[in-house]
Amino acid sequence: MADIKNLEGMIDSTPIMKDYADIESANLPENQIDSKIPEGPIADKWTNYKAHQKLVNPANKRNLDIIVVGTGLAGASAASTLGELGFNVLNFCIQDSPRRAHSIAAQGGINAAKAYQNDGDSVYRLFYDTVKGGDFRSREANVYRLAEVSNNIIDQCVAQGVPFAREYGGLLANRSFGGAQVSRTFYAKGQTGQQLLLGAYSSLNRQIQKGTVKSYNRREMLDVVLIEDENGVKRARGIIVRNLVTGEIERYAAHAVVLATGGYGRTFFLSTNAMGCNGSAAVQAFKKGAYLSNIAFTQIHPTCIPVHGEDQSKLTLMSESLRNDGRIWVPKKKEDAEAIRAGKLKPTDIPDEDRDFYLERRYPAFGNLCPRDIASRAAKERCDAGYGVGTGNAVYLDFKYAIERLGEDVVRDRYGNLFDMYEMISDDNPYKTPMQIFPASHYTMGGIWVDYELQTSIKGLFAIGECNFSDHGANRLGASALMQGLADGYFVLPYTIQNYLSDQIKVPHFQTNTKEFAEAEAGVKARIEKLMNIKGTKSPDEIHKQLGRVMWDLVGMGRTLKSIVKALDEVEKVTKVFYSDLKVVGSANDLNTELEKALRLEDFLVMAKMMAIDALNRNESCGAHFREEYQTPDGEALRNDEDYMYVSCWKYTGANEKPVLLKEPLKYEAIKVQVRNYKS
Amino acid sequence: MENTINVNLKIWRQRSPKDKGQFKTYRVENVSTGSSFLEMLDMLNQQLVVAGEEPVVFDNDCREGICGMCSLYINGHPHGPVQGITTCQLHMRKFNNEDTITIEPWRSAAFPVIRDLMVDRNAFDKIQQAGGYVSFNCGGAPDANATPISKVVADEAMDSATCIGCGACVAACKNGSAMLFVSAKVSQFALLPQGQVERARRARAMVMKMDELGFGNCTNTGACEAECPKNISISNIARLNREFIKAKFQD
Repeated sequence: MADIKNLEGMIDSTPIMKDYADIESANLPENQIDSKIPEGPIADKWTNYKAHQKLVNPANKRNLDIIVVGTGLAGASAASTLGELGFNVLNFCIQDSPRRAHSIAAQGGINAAKAYQNDGDSVYRLFYDTVKGGDFRSREANVYRLAEVSNNIIDQCVAQGVPFAREYGGLLANRSFGGAQVSRTFYAKGQTGQQLLLGAYSSLNRQIQKGTVKSYNRREMLDVVLIEDENGVKRARGIIVRNLVTGEIERYAAHAVVLATGGYGRTFFLSTNAMGCNGSAAVQAFKKGAYLSNIAFTQIHPTCIPVHGEDQSKLTLMSESLRNDGRIWVPKKKEDAEAIRAGKLKPTDIPDEDRDFYLERRYPAFGNLCPRDIASRAAKERCDAGYGVGTGNAVYLDFKYAIERLGEDVVRDRYGNLFDMYEMISDDNPYKTPMQIFPASHYTMGGIWVDYELQTSIKGLFAIGECNFSDHGANRLGASALMQGLADGYFVLPYTIQNYLSDQIKVPHFQTNTKEFAEAEAGVKARIEKLMNIKGTKSPDEIHKQLGRVMWDLVGMGRTLKSIVKALDEVEKVTKVFYSDLKVVGSANDLNTELEKALRLEDFLVMAKMMAIDALNRNESCGAHFREEYQTPDGEALRNDEDYMYVSCWKYTGANEKPVLLKEPLKYEAIKVQVRNYKS
Repeated sequence: MENTINVNLKIWRQRSPKDKGQFKTYRVENVSTGSSFLEMLDMLNQQLVVAGEEPVVFDNDCREGICGMCSLYINGHPHGPVQGITTCQLHMRKFNNEDTITIEPWRSAAFPVIRDLMVDRNAFDKIQQAGGYVSFNCGGAPDANATPISKVVADEAMDSATCIGCGACVAACKNGSAMLFVSAKVSQFALLPQGQVERARRARAMVMKMDELGFGNCTNTGACEAECPKNISISNIARLNREFIKAKFQD
C-alpha cells in the first residue's frame, strides 16, 4: 500500500490505481463489455427489442425452472409475473415471510410519467430528469425504458388494489420529489413501499396457491452454482442456501438464477436499511465472475433522524416528501448555533431573518427539492462550517411555514404518520418545533453489472432492482427506486429472460447431485467452519461497527485521495481483526444469528474494499461520489467527462489478487450532456 | 445529554418448539434512554456473547415499525406498554431506572415458538395465499384513472391495508383469533372496485383457511384493536362478518 505521507498534494491517483487495474488484460477480447443495447432511436429501442426477441411457448415454459432470490419489489414482482407466464419459480427470502423485504420501508412514493397533473410531464422528461439526476453516469437506453414502462406500473398496482392517495374527484393524487419540476409521484400516505410490496406479495401469493411459485422463507443464499454446457460455456444453474432455522446447507437447481437481493448500504453499519440487508449475493456473484459496477456510488439521504449514541443500531429516514412543505435551515449566526448546541437557545427563538435557508439560497430554482446528493452535501457543508445544531451534526427541517400556510390539519393529513414516527424516536413534537435531520446511508446506485437484458456477465445469471447498477447513475432521484424495482420485475425481466431461455428448452431439469453442487456446498461449509473456528474475542457487530466508522469517515459524503487510501489500509486492518479475532458463539448446524451476521460481515468487507477502490479510480466528482479535490469554486461537483464517462466494471481475479477494471463507455445520443444545474 | 438507566430483564428462553422453556433473568446497565428497546436487547446480547453464551433470539428487521418482523410480548402487552407502535419503536425513555421488564414471545397455538422469542407466523402467509389478492395477470391493466374511487373510500381502504401482519392481534386475543388480520385484508378489497368480482369467494376462502389453521374464534373483547400497532379498527371485523354471511347466502 502506498505511503500516505507521500501523497500530500498529489491529486492524480493513477499511479496507485495501477495496483488495482490491470490495464493490459482489460484489452483482451474476453474482457470486452457488450451491453446489448438495441439499435434504433431511443424511443423505439424497447419496442424493437420486444418485437424481435425470442420467446418461449407456453408448453415449454412449464419445463423451465427459475430461481428468484429476494422478495422485495423486484423479486416479488418478477417471481409472480414469471409464475403467471407459466414458468416454475423457486423464490427465496431471508425473512420469515416474503412480505417483510425492505422495500416495505419506502415511504414517499413512486414516479411515473402519467402527466395526470397537466404540468408538462412526459416519458422523455422523466427520462431526462433521471439521467440528469444521475449526473450523466447511467446507461441512457435503460433509463428510457424505465421511464417508458413507469406508466404501466401505476396501472398494474391500481388493478391489484393498491390504495393510492386520491383527490376528492376520485382520481389519483400526485406530489413532487427532488430533482423534478413536475408532480409525478404517486403515493399511499407515507407507506408507499409497503402498499406496493403488499400488492406484489398478493400476486405472489396467488401464484404460490396455484403452485407455479414455491416459496422458501428464512433461507440465505451463500453461493451461486455454475455448470458448463456442452460448448464449455459456464451458466448459472443453481444456488446453495443456508436454512436459517435448522442451519442445514441446501441445494437448489434451475435453468436460470435471478438475484433481487437489494443494496449494500449497511457497509456503513449505520444506515436506513433493515438489519438483515446485505451485499452477500453480489459478492458471491462477483467471486463467480459477475462484474461489480460503480460501487463508489452510494446514496447518502439528506433527511434522516440524527445519530443519538454509540449503541445505535440503525438510522431512521424521514421521507423526502417532507421537503415539499418543510423548509431546511440552520442559524445564520455562528453564536446562535453555538447557543442552540449548548441548550441556551431553542430553534423557535431564532427570528426568520436570522435563519439561513441554505438550499433556497444556493439553489433557487429547486430550493428544498434539489436532489439528494446536493442536499446532503449542503447540510454537511453547513455543519462542518460550525452552523450545525443538536450535536453539531444536524440541521432543521421546519414545518412552521407550512402550518401557517395550510393549517395544522392539512399538514397532519399529509405527513401525520411521519410526524408521529419522528416524535416516537426523538421525543420532540414537530408540529411545535422543527425536526432535526442529518444525512445517512440509504441506497446504493452501484451494484452488479447487467446488460440491457438485465443479465450479468455470467450466462443465465440476472440481477434486478437495487442489486444491479443500471438506472440511477451516480445519484438516484427520490421515488425512483420503487419504480425501478417494479419495472425490472413486472415489465422487463419477464421479457428479456425468455430471450435467454429460448435455447434452453431442451435442457432437462437439473439435478443437485452433480459434482458442481457438491463442490459449491463443500466450499460453503468450509467457509462457515473457518469462521466458527477463529474463536477470537470480538462479536460480528463490534467489528462491523468498526468497519462502518472507517467507511463513513473516509469514503462517505466527501472523499479525497488521501482519505480513500487511508480507508483501504483501515479496511485491511479490520479484515485482519475479522479473520483473527472474530467470535461466533453457538453451533454452525443450528439456528445461529451470530453466524448469519459474521457471514454477511465477511462480504461487507469485500464490498468496502471495492467501494474504496472504485472511489479511488474515479478522479472526478459526480452525483453522490464527491471527491473533494474535484469541485467548482462554489463547491459543486466537477465532472470529468473526457476521462470518466464510463461504467466501471470490476472483475474478480482471486481472494488476494487485484481486481481488473473493465470499462463500459457511456454514449448519450438522445440527451445533451451538460453541467447539472439546479440553480436556475 | 441523554440519561442512562439500569434494567432487570425476565426473558423467556426456549431451545426449540418442543422444549418446555423457562424464564431467565438478566441485567443490563447504562442503557441510554434514547435507545430503542431492541438496541437494549442488542446490548444484552453483546454481553452474552462476550460471556460465551448464546444470544437471545428475536425477530427484527427494519427497526422503523413497518416490516412487522419484531414480535415481543413485553410486560403483558404485545409490542409493549405503549399503544400504536411496534416493539422496535418502543424507546427506553418509557421505562424507569431499576425496572424489571418481562419479555415473552407471541403465545398462540398457531404461532409455534422456533427459539426463545422467535415464532413461526407462516400461518398468516397461508391465509393470504387462500385468497388475499385480486386475480389478474400482469400486463392487462386498464389506465389507472379509468375507474375513479372516492377519496373517502380510498382512505378507508388504506387504513385497512396498513396492517403489517405482525400477529399482535392474535397474541393479544385470549382465543388466539386472527379475525383482525383477516378482516383488514378482506375489507381493503371489499371497499375497492377492483376487489368486487372475487369479493364473496375471497371472504369465504380466507375465513375457512383461518379456521383450518387453528386460530380461535372472535368473542368481541376488542383486545386486538387495543394492541394493534397500526390501530386497525375492530369495525373491520364487523365488515368481515357481513361479507362472510353474504358469501354464505350465495352458496
